[in-house]
Amino acid sequence: MSGNMNLTLKIWRQNSGKEEGQLITYPVKDISPDMSFLEMFDVLNEQLVSKNENPIVFDHDCREGICGMCSMVINGRAHGPKSAITTCQLHMRSFKDGDTIVVEPWRAQAFPVIKDLTVDRTAFERIQSKGGFVSVNTGTAQDANCIPIPKDDADASFNAAACIGCGACVATCKNASAMLFVAAKVSQFALLPQGRIEAAARVKNMVAQMDAEGFGSCTNTGACEVECPKGISLENIARMNREYLAANCKD
Amino acid sequence: MNNTSPNFLTSSIGKKFLMGLTGLFLIVFLIVHASINASIFFNDSGTTFNMLADFMANNFILHLIEVVLFIGIAAHVVQAAILTRQNRKARPQKYAVQNSAVSSKWYSRSMGLLGTLLLMFLILHLKNFWVPTKMAVMEGVKDHHTFTHLIDIFSNPIIVVVYLLGLVSLLYHLLHGFQSAFQTFGLNHKKYTPFIKALGFWYSVIIVLLFASMPITIFLGLIK
Repeated sequence: MSGNMNLTLKIWRQNSGKEEGQLITYPVKDISPDMSFLEMFDVLNEQLVSKNENPIVFDHDCREGICGMCSMVINGRAHGPKSAITTCQLHMRSFKDGDTIVVEPWRAQAFPVIKDLTVDRTAFERIQSKGGFVSVNTGTAQDANCIPIPKDDADASFNAAACIGCGACVATCKNASAMLFVAAKVSQFALLPQGRIEAAARVKNMVAQMDAEGFGSCTNTGACEVECPKGISLENIARMNREYLAANCKD
Repeated sequence: MNNTSPNFLTSSIGKKFLMGLTGLFLIVFLIVHASINASIFFNDSGTTFNMLADFMANNFILHLIEVVLFIGIAAHVVQAAILTRQNRKARPQKYAVQNSAVSSKWYSRSMGLLGTLLLMFLILHLKNFWVPTKMAVMEGVKDHHTFTHLIDIFSNPIIVVVYLLGLVSLLYHLLHGFQSAFQTFGLNHKKYTPFIKALGFWYSVIIVLLFASMPITIFLGLIK
């Protein structure tokens, strides 16, 4: 079909976390510009299976940009060349016929490779389990506007809660720091009265777990904010720093 | 929720906080340093400059502040070395391709390199000026001629070029460091952050131009 593309893919293949990996070159032909990046991977994998080769393992689930599973560093950028989208929302029309595309997994000590492009992101779950919740059973939702919350706070909390925990911030950061993720999770509660009760313990416990997982520290380069598919703002990191300082001053 | 947090100063945020605090302290020091040095522009054969240098060398409180200053520099350097080591460990396997330029500025990613250059410059700078002055004071020389010494050193074109390169490192280090410190302290505000960023930019540019004008004017023989 006219308008279809031939591409050269260089994809990270690694059998397990214990083995060394390497970039393997795969030519793909007749790719429609309307395919998503992951659909292009499906086509490639069908070719590999039909040749009796191992398909490339990659994380994906909803394929509509809300689950945070897909995780690929494409040509040196988390979730590819477009901003504010996940890999599954990236379409092949963002590339040109004849392009060479390098695809690597998230790279961080805290995100060990499981196989090929799939990494273990349970470090995020462990951080969440240290305080990313409100521990009182609140029953059924009460009437709207029973607790008056300023519109700006409600909006900021909602924007922080938009974090899908994909890990692009860690993948992008030169220090593999998880500050943007943890800051979003701390902020969404810190801004609401329901979250204030446990705010001090929450921020201290979540930061302690973040450090224990071996993520790097923040050097305020701002790269995470640029590559975040949900546009989580650096203001959240400042808020977490404030909360952390305040929580430690209380002791 | 139980509190299982370790010590503030050993946490990643606490370490960053100390970096910002010592950084801002050194930023304040640069203002004092540049202001006193600017007295050469009176162009009175160093009378004002030598007077100020004598006052600095023979004042107990200033000696105390000098010690605090060295502690501040050491803390900033040591903490930076610890953080850099941890940050490197956080990504053992590097990317084959990384397109960092689209998401951050080169100097925000190069604070360690710029800081190392600054430290090397600082050692040279101390050897040029601080050590001779201290020696003179220790030997009990009452009337030391820091100004003559200044003119001597900056008549060497190689030293002038090295100083200007040191100042370029300082410019980029400050451009990121100034506003970064405020973000670390949690001071990020829709209305005030653009002001802090502008202040940081103009502070960095003005302080570096002021320092740079000193070796240049002396080398050109404009200051006598």
